[in-house]
Amino acid sequence: MSTPDEVGLRALLLLALAGDNAAYAAFLGHVGGRLRSYYRRRVAAFPDDAEDLVQEAMLAIHNQRHSYRSEQPVTAWLYAIARYKLIDALRARSAHAAVIEPLDDDEGAGMASSEPEVDEARRDLLALVETLADRFRLPIVHVKIEGLSVAETARLTGMSESAVKVGIHRGLKELAKRARGSS
Amino acid sequence: MRTEELVAMLARGPVAADIHTTERCLGMAAAAGAGVAALSAFAILGVRPDLAWMLQHPAFWIKLAFPATLALAAFAASCRMARPGARLGVTRVALVGPIVVVLVVAWLALLSASPGERIALVAGHTALECVVSVGLLALPVFAAAFVALRRLAPTRPRAAGALAGLLGGGIAATVYAFHCDEMQAPFVAVWYSLGMSIPVLIGATLGPRLLRWA
Repeated sequence: MSTPDEVGLRALLLLALAGDNAAYAAFLGHVGGRLRSYYRRRVAAFPDDAEDLVQEAMLAIHNQRHSYRSEQPVTAWLYAIARYKLIDALRARSAHAAVIEPLDDDEGAGMASSEPEVDEARRDLLALVETLADRFRLPIVHVKIEGLSVAETARLTGMSESAVKVGIHRGLKELAKRARGSS
Repeated sequence: MRTEELVAMLARGPVAADIHTTERCLGMAAAAGAGVAALSAFAILGVRPDLAWMLQHPAFWIKLAFPATLALAAFAASCRMARPGARLGVTRVALVGPIVVVLVVAWLALLSASPGERIALVAGHTALECVVSVGLLALPVFAAAFVALRRLAPTRPRAAGALAGLLGGGIAATVYAFHCDEMQAPFVAVWYSLGMSIPVLIGATLGPRLLRWA
């Protein structure tokens, strides 16, 4: 199944809004693919989150499907919702990052990273992480990407545990800001 | 749940949607809020006794048209901001136009007045009452528009909040014009604008916090 362009997507959505279930299923299928590549590129370090975000954005698209204006590009509408959900998630994450320990299960991460496009997306986020200052970058790399505990990271980097937590918290905020800027 | 299962589930139910939901929700909010604002204004402040005379006076219509056109522009712009990815477009002109017109009219009025009268033309004698009343009368529409926007999909919550504030302020000032006995354009340009800017600022502040949707 090839991915339809703007015109094809729009036609499917307009049919769906008029009550065509099959068109809607096809529309959501294509939207899922677009959302997946959008989120994998942006939250590559958290592959589990990418699929959660795909579903969350899809649910938002479903709930707000009445908000599409037919004279507007479908893709502009889709990506505005996708971006809103991404910022929401990053904000929630940065608010909790200092409290919540990483809970990425290794199995899921290993499976996901076996796909080439995920690897590529992971490199994109790593490149963005590399631009952060050390006090943000090291805590994020060790805790969020390598999966070390806060205490281990503190020992490894010589930072205090609270500095590591603050670094994650503020670093993710900064990362969210930069991801937003580059989107 | 796997994403394919989610797609199947969502596509199974009724999928048709009313594409005018945005206008309907915000329209009902504006109408209900305007009703409450008008009833409160007429009950508490009252209407000018010389309304019949006033209706024939062009100055009254300028005073009425300024906030009313701003409210209409704010409504159109809010509807756009309630939809993901939509741009303000031509509504920008509608938002700026009334302000420019009233400033020009006020400026001309000040130029044609003698220097001694100018302060009085701006200051009037009910400035504080005007600002406070417009700020308070904006509340019903403001609150109703926020409730409506939370059900819609504003992706720029600060702009959406500010526009909900302008919608409330515009309607409030329109209602207040029936009570206000100041007829001079400079007064309207300064104090009506100030009154309307209160809900705009509050809306811009509260928007990012309150206008979350799923």
